Amino acid sequence: MEHSDLLVDWSRAQFALTALYHWIFVPLTLGLTFIVAIMESIYVKTGDQKWKTTTKYWMGLLAINFAIGLATGIIMEFEFGTNWSNYSWIVGDIFGAPLAIEGLMAFFMESTFFAVMFFGWNKVSKKMHLTSTWLVAIGSNLSALWILLANGWMQHPVGMHFNPDTARNEMENFWEVIFNPNGVSKFLHTVSSGYVLASLFVLGISAWYLLKKRDIQFARRSILVAASFGLLSSLYLVTTGDESAHQVALTQPMKLASMEGLYDGEKRAGIVAVGLLNESKKIGDDTESFLFSFEIPGALSFLGYHDMNAFVPGIDDLVYGNKEHNIISISDKMLQGKLALKALREYKDYKKEHNMPAATKALKVFEANQKYMGYGYLKNPKDAVPDVSLSFYSFHTMVGLGTWFILLFILALYYVMTNEIEKKKWLLYLAVATIPLGYVAQECGWITAEVGRQPWAIQDMLPVGMATSNVAATSVMITFWLFAVLFTALLIAEAKIMLKQIKIGPEGD
Amino acid sequence: MKIIIPKIFKSIYTFYYDGFANMKTGKTLWLLIAVKLFIMFAILKWLFFPNVLQEKFQTDKQRSAYILQQLTKDK
Repeated sequence: MEHSDLLVDWSRAQFALTALYHWIFVPLTLGLTFIVAIMESIYVKTGDQKWKTTTKYWMGLLAINFAIGLATGIIMEFEFGTNWSNYSWIVGDIFGAPLAIEGLMAFFMESTFFAVMFFGWNKVSKKMHLTSTWLVAIGSNLSALWILLANGWMQHPVGMHFNPDTARNEMENFWEVIFNPNGVSKFLHTVSSGYVLASLFVLGISAWYLLKKRDIQFARRSILVAASFGLLSSLYLVTTGDESAHQVALTQPMKLASMEGLYDGEKRAGIVAVGLLNESKKIGDDTESFLFSFEIPGALSFLGYHDMNAFVPGIDDLVYGNKEHNIISISDKMLQGKLALKALREYKDYKKEHNMPAATKALKVFEANQKYMGYGYLKNPKDAVPDVSLSFYSFHTMVGLGTWFILLFILALYYVMTNEIEKKKWLLYLAVATIPLGYVAQECGWITAEVGRQPWAIQDMLPVGMATSNVAATSVMITFWLFAVLFTALLIAEAKIMLKQIKIGPEGD
Repeated sequence: MKIIIPKIFKSIYTFYYDGFANMKTGKTLWLLIAVKLFIMFAILKWLFFPNVLQEKFQTDKQRSAYILQQLTKDK
């Protein structure tokens, strides 16, 4: 393996490691803040002290998760500056504003109202306390907005202009960045998945109390809120997932084709409900894509384009082009990309020589081909295809688990409302076992989103190979293992403190 | 007015002081946060994560020139 490939792989592995660990903590905070706000609202409305106990207990677990997860995202900022300095420079102006707003919002809103939420019981009025709890929930979710908009921009860059003199993207339209459909749908889908995870967490822990035959009423109350909130969130998650898939179809068709293992595009394309990929399948050959599969006809066309009969391009169509459907081949995009890079090089050189007429001419060529600039760095058209197995299985695992969560919430809600939940031990065991599955679904969602868009750091503009810094691969390798140790230690600490609190129970600490 | 401002500050101070003083699990969490931030900023950031472009170049003009050279070099 070449040094540059090794560096890119380790840089990606390190970023994936930190992002995946960071995402263990974040979604629980996003959802649990709303669950405690709902519980406290019931307490304030009814005046029932038992709801206050319930609220305070889950607030305690929220505090543990928040404290352990705090600042784990900062490591990604370190990595941007060290491992991804080319990328950081090129996107700097786009990321600056949203991340600055995030920092300010998180600091002022969360830290102020978090203090009132935790220290303010019996010190401020009930209504003031409740307002603070809701503001913590809204604030933490709004913090996530900015980073997810930045991610949405990487997937579908809008509202910016690449300045060939500074090699930076400069924001032209802030509102276009804020209302980027890819970013908005990503935000809604991501935060609602956090609500589902938190509901599974509350449901599973409450089920454990019921299995242990302790804190029965507390557990029943918690299940009622978790199952209701979880079911509503899951249904909303389906609609946001539909919109996310629609945006992917419009702006990242290769990702959609990889998610579905679709090589030959077709009208009325189906979604694979269950399937096993044929690992010997190669791009462009006639081998079957699946060893077996069960498809829902027309569902992928509908999901992607909201039309059962729409044509969904496959990987082969996107790599080799499809004239009938006006799809340009990757080879043609590579030619345009190389023209753009050559023109950019000439522009830079002519400017240095103060030959402005030639520089202006080169700039025009660059601008005409700039759309596919990133393809100029690819060595082979097949480099534009992400890892199909990883995209397909992570996407289908996420969807499969999401479907199970809906069923679980329906069953839990039904049995808790009919006062039969304690007797349904099989359901209680399943609820406990589903807690880790909630995390698996979360991580699979991110793997789908991020692996599926490879090779791009910025879609069509900057491949990951050009986004990295010129640093030693061994140093990235060393810090990868340092982070692996640090994050694993944090995870063990969280699990230990959390389990201790769960064993103490709501009447304890 | 002269009395109100110190009273507000005193109330805020007492609010936070009592809050921290009455913490149980929270004290462990704060310790964990402190250790974590120390490891992140005083060790990892300082020793392993320099900002490559900030350290290598003095001005934005130099940084732009370097990135442009990286983007346009023949591979």
